Amino acid sequence: MKTLLSIHSLTKAFGGLVAVHGVSFNVKAGTIMGLIGPNGAGKTTVFNLITGNYKPDSGEIIFDNKNIKALPPNRIVSLGIARTFQSIRLFPGMTVLENALAGRHCRMKAGLWSSLFRLPGQRNEEKRAIKRALEELAFVGISHQHANLAKNLSYGNQRLLEIARALCSDPRLLILDEPAGGMNDQETEQLIDLIRAIRNRGISVLLIEHDMGLVMEVCEQLIVLEYGELIAQGSPAEIKSNPQVIEAYLGVEDDD
Amino acid sequence: MEEFIQQLINGLAVGGIYALIALGYTMVYGVLKLINFAHGDLFTLGAYFGLTLLITMGIGDMVPGPLGIIIVAGMVMALVAIMGYLLERVAYRPLRNSDRLAAVVSALGASIFFQNAIMLVYGSDAQVYNLNVSAAEYSLPVAGINISASSIIMIGTSLLLMWGLYWFINRTRTGMAIRAVANDQAAAKLMGIDVNKIIALVFMIGPALGGVAGLTVGLCYGKIDYNMGWTYGLKAFTAAILGGIGNIPGAMLGGILLGVVESLGEAYISGAWKNAISFFVLILILLFRPTGLLGERVADKL
Amino acid sequence: MIALDQLKSTRNRKAYFALIGGIIALLAVCPLFLNNYWLLALNNIGLYSILALSLNIVLGQTGLFNMGHTAFYAVGAYTAAILNTNLDIPVLWLLPVSGLLAAVAALLVAWPVIRLRGDYLLIVTIALVEILCITLDNDIFGLTGGTNGIYGIDRPILFGIKIYKEWQFFYLIWGFLGITVILFSLLEKSRFGRALNYIKQDETAAEGSGISTASYKMMAFTFAAFWAGMAGTLFAAKMTTVSTGSFTFAESAMLFAIVILGGAGSIRGVLLATFVLIGLQTAFSDLKSFRLLVFGAAMVMMMLLRPQGILPPKPHRYKVDRYMSDLPEPAFSPKEQTTREVKGI
Repeated sequence: MKTLLSIHSLTKAFGGLVAVHGVSFNVKAGTIMGLIGPNGAGKTTVFNLITGNYKPDSGEIIFDNKNIKALPPNRIVSLGIARTFQSIRLFPGMTVLENALAGRHCRMKAGLWSSLFRLPGQRNEEKRAIKRALEELAFVGISHQHANLAKNLSYGNQRLLEIARALCSDPRLLILDEPAGGMNDQETEQLIDLIRAIRNRGISVLLIEHDMGLVMEVCEQLIVLEYGELIAQGSPAEIKSNPQVIEAYLGVEDDD
Repeated sequence: MEEFIQQLINGLAVGGIYALIALGYTMVYGVLKLINFAHGDLFTLGAYFGLTLLITMGIGDMVPGPLGIIIVAGMVMALVAIMGYLLERVAYRPLRNSDRLAAVVSALGASIFFQNAIMLVYGSDAQVYNLNVSAAEYSLPVAGINISASSIIMIGTSLLLMWGLYWFINRTRTGMAIRAVANDQAAAKLMGIDVNKIIALVFMIGPALGGVAGLTVGLCYGKIDYNMGWTYGLKAFTAAILGGIGNIPGAMLGGILLGVVESLGEAYISGAWKNAISFFVLILILLFRPTGLLGERVADKL
Repeated sequence: MIALDQLKSTRNRKAYFALIGGIIALLAVCPLFLNNYWLLALNNIGLYSILALSLNIVLGQTGLFNMGHTAFYAVGAYTAAILNTNLDIPVLWLLPVSGLLAAVAALLVAWPVIRLRGDYLLIVTIALVEILCITLDNDIFGLTGGTNGIYGIDRPILFGIKIYKEWQFFYLIWGFLGITVILFSLLEKSRFGRALNYIKQDETAAEGSGISTASYKMMAFTFAAFWAGMAGTLFAAKMTTVSTGSFTFAESAMLFAIVILGGAGSIRGVLLATFVLIGLQTAFSDLKSFRLLVFGAAMVMMMLLRPQGILPPKPHRYKVDRYMSDLPEPAFSPKEQTTREVKGI
């Protein structure tokens, strides 16, 4: 299978603290991959490095044969990597539809003048974008909420809206940062179906999640980080029986 | 050379005034992360309170000489401190948890209110400090250079007050509490510090210093104006940024530095561009070192 | 229930359109019965509205604390004045020229400072106005006329008619305002307008959704300056004289307050606030200081009681009905969702 994203010895330090150290891994096209590890292992930092929110100190990030390491976040989105945030980041005072349209922005062209004079091309593009945004909202099951303000949605629906917004940008890789955070069991079940459906559309998924049930059920490949370093990689079954991983999660007793 | 030293002294004098006002900006910013737009007008208020007490009410005649002026300075400090307290109570405290923009607009409204209140009471014409003795008439010859009495008063006042503040902040329990609140409000609260009281106190100390600066300007320059707080305020704010906003020694350094730069610039570049100099300094410092000379960089959190 | 709601909303809509139509009709005929004093007040309101609406794009829609908007108004006015008095170019032809020059000025200014944090940007924009006024007062290149400013600007000529009476200016200014309102309303509900709103709401999320926040901030700033520059031309043509006295910090602060008090990002709100504030200013011009005193107190009160402004922006409505019938099924079984909701109750 083709490699979509390839990370080579990525390192990032904040002041004296090395958050990510020499991490390398590949994400194959059409897979669901999980990034796990104890709190503070550097998982979100890896995500922020991929999405351009942080600049790596060293290492390469190759997406679809293109080095994206020096690019700003918005350029990375338009190249085909969309993300959600660990602490939900929607546009709270805008409608659900407008939130989804934000993801569509990078696939639209209308500029200042065609918007100002509402030229025919702009009108058609706008209609197509609205249709697409509604379709993605329907895909995650919240299209009936399109006219509500994002801040009035339930917590679980806000997470779904973030996913719909990301899907609107035609991603080839979707990065989900703790998508099940704050969801109940039923919502988590639905999320598993949703993640599979996204993969079935041909979109690769890379996710961080603390809910091990979800991770073991949905991910085909797992990567384990501890103290900013990659300690294991493999299928969920392999990871479950890896002694180093068990140690990282359960800890070893201190001799002192 | 003589000209240069003369300008340097003038710069130090006006810089001391900037520093005194800048302390108010920087202290409020330290505890609230808010620019107190009305601070410049509290400075003006100090100048006008001084005028009323010293001349209209005649304290200057009742207690002649330096003692009378010291008494007036104490009263001005107390009165402006009360105004600062009221300002915080009415215009800022209710907004402490709301949007930043709301506090900015409220501060702006308070500034417009103070300015026009002063104008309504005292009129829009410039007022004169009509003293029997004028500081401008006296000067002290040192090594062939005449240092005017007003320069000495300005430098002396600002040094004395800055030393006092420095001692208070670093050597007293209350000073330590102020530093704690500036550092981490939540933690300070957990340590049993009454954060509201400390913020109110900061809103009294800063304006008190600004008020004395206003009085000193009145005494030394002789003329005051209802909207002078605007220019002085903007320059003092520049000084606070220059030193690193939130940083008390920084405000002192920034004020004195700005005064000197402005004074030398006025003498050697162009008088007409005097006011533009400090604004250019402000823009340059924000662009190239927004943390100021003594400020520390704080990492952005995503 | 839904039918009732719909009925109510159509009735509201009808009443709303009737109100707007009434206001427009009234404005169209008011020069017939208003004297020059009131027309002058209306012209003031019109000019300020154009300016405030352009500032609204930066401050209200993008959330950039710009308190130096009059700088671009001044650049526009001075450009028109200089080119008209020196080269005799008809003043209305200069509308795009002075707009463009103001935009270039904005671009040069904004490029370094736009990334500054909110309150720092505010201070810098204040400083920029001050620097500009000092520069103009110093008669730079011998063009700006020093503190006296420039006088003797030609009256504008539109369709062969020389415009010099107050009622003629009324139609010119309010016509321009009308165009401004229509275009800006279209802009608000477009890809461009939405991008500005995303930045205001959450810059990191906007960047992470694929919006180039830096360039949109620049475009908003520059475009608003372009419009302010054109308003400056109208101002120069109406006054026939320009000087820095018209572009002080007080004017900038007034515009800032209009946008915030009206409701940041709301065209209706900004128009209403301009009408009230500039209207009151003209009506009580003898009580100048008292008026400003009340104005300052009102700003504080407003922030305490209604920080979102008089008429905050309404959520945008889009035509979606035609798409709602054939949307895809959710990716997961919706049955469970209902069970969960029932369980929740």
